[in-house]
Amino acid sequence: MARGHHDVGGLPGAGAIDVTEHQLSDWEILADAVNQALGARGIKRTDEMRRAREEMDSAAYHDMTYYERWIASIEAILIEKKILTMEEIEDKLAEFESKWGEP
Amino acid sequence: MNSATSRFNAGDRVRVKFEDRPGHIRTPWYIRGKTGWIEKAYGDFLNPESLAYGRDGLPKKTLYLVAFNQRDIFSEAEGSQDKVLVDIYDHWLEPVA
Amino acid sequence: MADTWTDAHGHEHPKHELSHYAKRIYAIRALLIEKGVLTDKDIQCQIDYQEARSPANGAKLVARAWTDPAFKERFISDPKAACAEMGIDATAINEFVVLENTEKVRHMVVCTLCSCYPRPILGRPPDWYKSFNYRQRAVADPRGVMREFGLELPDDVEVRVHDSTADIRYIVLPLRPGGTESWSADELEKLVNRDSMIGVMDALSAIPA
Repeated sequence: MARGHHDVGGLPGAGAIDVTEHQLSDWEILADAVNQALGARGIKRTDEMRRAREEMDSAAYHDMTYYERWIASIEAILIEKKILTMEEIEDKLAEFESKWGEP
Repeated sequence: MNSATSRFNAGDRVRVKFEDRPGHIRTPWYIRGKTGWIEKAYGDFLNPESLAYGRDGLPKKTLYLVAFNQRDIFSEAEGSQDKVLVDIYDHWLEPVA
Repeated sequence: MADTWTDAHGHEHPKHELSHYAKRIYAIRALLIEKGVLTDKDIQCQIDYQEARSPANGAKLVARAWTDPAFKERFISDPKAACAEMGIDATAINEFVVLENTEKVRHMVVCTLCSCYPRPILGRPPDWYKSFNYRQRAVADPRGVMREFGLELPDDVEVRVHDSTADIRYIVLPLRPGGTESWSADELEKLVNRDSMIGVMDALSAIPA
């Protein structure tokens, strides 16, 4: 099994602590709020979200930003619990993207 | 807050089990197999290893504050008196004579 | 819903510039509301709740503990009740523990496994607290970390690093800075910065550097 990609205490090679802080963007505030709201409604537990992040692809885990990982785990847990399907999410996203214009 | 049926008391020496099993584990790798001592028992909590899979988290597990000499974990650590303290569930601990 | 999103500096950008996952939260939010899983109000409530949480809460508690020994005892023995006394809502914390610094002992808090933090008291954690660098180094090299924050400790001071792996949330009660004997709690609050309540540094000095 070996250690999970999240289990980083004591791993060598860490650099200086970067103390730059960023105020959250809209979408990060939204991710945070959706996560908390799902918890408040008893739909998911923090333990499930942590587990979802631990199960992610390791390369993706390291590449993603903090709130991107939260969104990925929100999505994974909602699909696992059959509250949403991947297809529904993709369809809704496509609907929004056509409104937002092409990148 | 204290569990009436704590297996361990403050001061007891304990070793963290060196298990390598799948699932949602809240016992960090860096203390597995290491020996420390009980600082205190925090009481009984639902088991995160079960909660993480949508189960009910029962039976509750006693949570302990376990202290380690930092140099027993990280031999190159700077401070000779420094400690690392971790919140560990009962089933990850075994007694040390 | 607008076609733009606002970044950290208040600048608007088109939503099609968002990253893969950033876009998805908008779709997820819309679906959850459509399906009645959450309401708009649920989400707004959380946004408002989080807005109201900041290190100022912790600073109030610490400054009062410094100036009122009986409160300090209550703060250490029953932190949630002490918070309630001060009108600070700590009910979202399952178990709350105060770690008191002394001349001979300094505490530092980390969550090596993720980013557990006393959010109901201190608000969101800083980016660095959630970073891999901090999570890796805090338990192995706390003095090196403290040094980066300007705190150099002799060997006869014990550093105690707490890795908050379970439901206990920790806050450090920093040492009261010297030369503040005549200061009021209001004045002292200004010296209690967030990083001193995480434990990577002491509270700010009374004397400007």
